[in-house]
Amino acid sequence: MSRTVLQVQGVTKRFGGLVAVRDMSFDVTEHQVMGIIGPNGSGKSTMINMISGLFAPSEGSIRLNGADLAGLPAHKTARLGVGRTFQLVRLLPELSVVENVVAGAVFGHRRTWGRTAELHARQLLDRVGLGGAIGLPVSSLTYIDTKRVELARALAGDPAVLLLDEWLAGLNPTELATGIDLVRSLRDEGRTIILVEHVMDAIRSLCDRCVVMSSGAKIAQGTPAEVLSDPGVIRAYLGEDEDA
Amino acid sequence: MSGQEFLKALPWVALLIAAVFVPFVAGPYWLSMATTMAMFVVLATSWALFSGPTHYISLATAAFFGVGTFVTGLGFQTLPFWMLPLIAAGLGGILAALVGMVTLRLSGVYFVIFTLGLAELVRQVVTWVQNQTGQRGMYVLTSITERDIYWMLLGLAALVYLAGWLIGRSKLGFALRIIGNDETVARHVGIDTALAKVALFTIPGMAAAAVGAMLAPRYIYIEPSTAFAPLLSFQVVIMALLGGTGRLWGPLAGVIPFTLLWEFITRQAPNQTLLLLGVVFLLIVYVLPGGFVGLWARIRRRFHQGGGA
Repeated sequence: MSRTVLQVQGVTKRFGGLVAVRDMSFDVTEHQVMGIIGPNGSGKSTMINMISGLFAPSEGSIRLNGADLAGLPAHKTARLGVGRTFQLVRLLPELSVVENVVAGAVFGHRRTWGRTAELHARQLLDRVGLGGAIGLPVSSLTYIDTKRVELARALAGDPAVLLLDEWLAGLNPTELATGIDLVRSLRDEGRTIILVEHVMDAIRSLCDRCVVMSSGAKIAQGTPAEVLSDPGVIRAYLGEDEDA
Repeated sequence: MSGQEFLKALPWVALLIAAVFVPFVAGPYWLSMATTMAMFVVLATSWALFSGPTHYISLATAAFFGVGTFVTGLGFQTLPFWMLPLIAAGLGGILAALVGMVTLRLSGVYFVIFTLGLAELVRQVVTWVQNQTGQRGMYVLTSITERDIYWMLLGLAALVYLAGWLIGRSKLGFALRIIGNDETVARHVGIDTALAKVALFTIPGMAAAAVGAMLAPRYIYIEPSTAFAPLLSFQVVIMALLGGTGRLWGPLAGVIPFTLLWEFITRQAPNQTLLLLGVVFLLIVYVLPGGFVGLWARIRRRFHQGGGA
């Protein structure tokens, strides 16, 4: 049995009267890819945002290697080892591609500076397949390349857990295949990843385990094959079977 | 410092040494102009150190400047003069840190309004205190000459450039560039954004207060309405933007032409200065976005493209 890296327990998030996430609990073990899936508006992004410190949970605890992240600001969760990408890609437009990645290596979980940080950034850019476009200004990168830069930035701090918020969304079929291969290679090198995703191919081929959310609550948990054949999950995605 | 960096710094050091000798060759009129330029170089450069990378437009310069002049006004008879700019810088730094802690969580527009209001608030408080104690203005009669003021300001300018150069190479400088690009990203890569902003905001606060303390003898008579004049804050912003905030030398490139232009406007059209100031500001925004720094970058790019084709 491998070690638990991230433990989410009884987490609830209310925005005024709206309960966006209700009593969520799940564990992520080391070297595992955990998928969080569910229909639009089911609270997946809110869940991710609580782990990364963008929002504080109203109740519950989120423990990363024993340290409680619940309610900590993002810069502290980053230092404790949470790395993330954003649903809408966020790059630093006035910085060079290399500096964009160095940004992830200077202040976070593992820190370097100067020449070392730059070399590290260049290696990571190679690693995510952006070697050729290193010299380009950020504004002239293709969509998948912006996603690559963001991924390299998240990896630069050597996070204990990597949150990918719909990292594969919006890619064309060729890019999607490339993207899935890239995430799989990260899994193979032993990263612990939480994946919020809509793309079913990606979920099937990448996730070791999945949590399915609907209306803010967990409705199923298990391997992708198990949860995707669960009648409750099918109902949540497709609605009630009303024909007679 | 590497050899290459030393070579790069050399012309600037030469420029500074040349500036030291200005009082020996300039007549009273040009010495006065040079003093005004030195004052605005310090104010605009230190302003740009914070506002350039973060894109937070601060209109608080007059508040810090006014505090500095009053430090001199209250202390010049009892303390040695060299201590006054130091005390002023300390107070300016503390005031900036307090204001920063309260306001730097605000987003852009609210920050601008707050800093504009700050100068007015401090002015009203000082006026109120003076009314309570039955004072009006203060005479600052010292043996400090225009030359002394110029050299003090020049020394301060050198310090500001040194600070800017060091910050530009530091993690703090890098953190601020990230914050200016995307604050959410900055937090998620592990930057304590509030702390970084407050730390840097104290620099223009300290510099402006020290400038105020050094310049007080030049005014001879100081009162709140002149010491905290909001016009100063706007002048600093316009000069810094005219020069451009992307490089350390940018504000200098804005201060020199603007001071000359301002002198020309106030002489030729004393009643229309504010109107012309507004027109100049619009021209900068529309014709020279990025200031002279931006223009220089465009010229260089065109030159390189032309050379490559």
